[in-house]
Amino acid sequence: MTSIALPAARERRRLRLSARARRNLAGWGFSLPFLILYAVFELVPVVAALGFSFTDLRSRDLLNPLNVDPVGTANYARLLSDDVFWQAIANTLYFAAVTVPLTIVIGMALAFALNSGINRLKTFFRVSYYLPVVSSIVAIAVIFRYLLGQEIGLVNVVLGWFGIDGPNWLMDPFWAMPSLIGMAVWRHVGFVMVIYLAGLQSIPGELYEASSIDGASARQRFWHVTLPLLRPTTLFLVIVSVIGNLQFFEEPFVMTGGGPLHRTTSISFLIYDTFGTGQYGYAAAISYVLFLVIALLSVVQFRLLRSTS
Amino acid sequence: MTKRKDATVYRGQPWVYAVLAVGLVVVCGPFVWMVLSAFKSEREIYANPPTWIPENPTLANFTDLFSRMDVGTYLFNSVFIAVAATVGNVLFCSMVGYALAKIEFAGRRAVFGIVLTKMMIPGMVLALPTYVIVANLGLVDTYAGIILPGLAGPMGVFLMRQFIGGLPDDLMAAARVDGAGELRIFARIVLPLCRPAMATLGLLTFLGSWNSFIWPMYVAQSKEMYTLPVAIALLTKEAVNLQYGQLLAGSVTLVVPIIVVFVLFQRHFVQGIATTGLK
Repeated sequence: MTSIALPAARERRRLRLSARARRNLAGWGFSLPFLILYAVFELVPVVAALGFSFTDLRSRDLLNPLNVDPVGTANYARLLSDDVFWQAIANTLYFAAVTVPLTIVIGMALAFALNSGINRLKTFFRVSYYLPVVSSIVAIAVIFRYLLGQEIGLVNVVLGWFGIDGPNWLMDPFWAMPSLIGMAVWRHVGFVMVIYLAGLQSIPGELYEASSIDGASARQRFWHVTLPLLRPTTLFLVIVSVIGNLQFFEEPFVMTGGGPLHRTTSISFLIYDTFGTGQYGYAAAISYVLFLVIALLSVVQFRLLRSTS
Repeated sequence: MTKRKDATVYRGQPWVYAVLAVGLVVVCGPFVWMVLSAFKSEREIYANPPTWIPENPTLANFTDLFSRMDVGTYLFNSVFIAVAATVGNVLFCSMVGYALAKIEFAGRRAVFGIVLTKMMIPGMVLALPTYVIVANLGLVDTYAGIILPGLAGPMGVFLMRQFIGGLPDDLMAAARVDGAGELRIFARIVLPLCRPAMATLGLLTFLGSWNSFIWPMYVAQSKEMYTLPVAIALLTKEAVNLQYGQLLAGSVTLVVPIIVVFVLFQRHFVQGIATTGLK
């Protein structure tokens, strides 16, 4: 008995070991392109940026990044006393605080409208509402600057029909930011709508049947069936939108150049602007502040999403 | 489905259509306005009050733009970069996705953790240090410099891992019993089954690459390397001799191809958004 079983077991163990080695080889092999790209274009830059933020790196040092002087925490100290930095933080929070709820509420309303049993034109509406999401921000900026012009802009022309004298939207210190917010909402409602549509379609119809048999009104069904079941979707959208909007850059870049009077300078735009003036060390310090905020939020996101799913 | 029987929903329908139509005007109006205005003369563009339909429709904005800058080269660059980025991204994401979904290797959790951290790093934080790396690799002003840093994006890895995870294990186990290597299983079994997910990811990548302009603007130094969005964005910043009609014509050239692609393949887009978005 033993003389027969032993070689078989040994044979099996040898096979299993080599199978495991093969699996490891295959796993790492398939991950290799990803890992190399990650190391070269992600890990090294992130570590390098941390290093840069403690130096006085300038544009002329670019090809010799090691040829610069350490300045300790001077860049971070400078940040704290930089009015534009604080203004950028205020602007970024203002932008995100208005854009996120507006986009989500409007996108959700559109999803409900599309999901309310209409059959005709449903695909047409869905595709149309999604067009801004797939369009180049460069082109959108060209259109919107034309639409928002003071004299000839269509927006002010339409306001004029109602006797309203529209401002010079993008040049006005008060109205510049709301203009960018409007544009951001316009760009992103389609995305929110599509995600909510997917969420709505995953709600089993029996739940509605059961609740209407129990005598629930449409409003009650909305508050007590639909909304709670959409909670994971909403949570996901809130977190993704917050993280995305805290990094907003394209709108001021293509529309206002951060002006007027830094009123539309976001943190990301400030980083870009500081790169532009060649103060790379200082720009890296600002980047790291943004990075820490976003990383923290992402960790919260993963926690929250895991606990709900 | 059950809602169709619901009388209260039927009652709301005309109202729903009205709201959707108003929204449609707000969302699509700017595009219509762009296209209409692109065929107006510069004087008509600045007319007050504005005209709706071009009074004297003209192609001048397009011909002027095309003679002002080498739109052909920029279009070629945009298409070439988008296609290369799409092929590379779909391939690399499928590879990691397969490893993470179906191969139990030591370090799998670590690799997955890396994918997660990759999602946390804001683009603007990486722009400069990545540029330093690209410069030191001698990739400034090259296609590789524009394409490589964007490959194997975390969202794509997620999507592929998700999709491949849903494929039955039996297929791969059977192939392994038959003595097929992992590479063969991947190429012959996994990839053909992944076609729907690859279509979605491919379209999303193509779209993202077509529209991206910040990174290409950093890397492309000579005009021969500009993509179309980079060229239009830089034209916007040109203060001298700026003709708004040309900008509008450029925007139409930039937006119309992608809208056509989107409308043709919108099923894949919507599916993919829902899957990448939610899991």
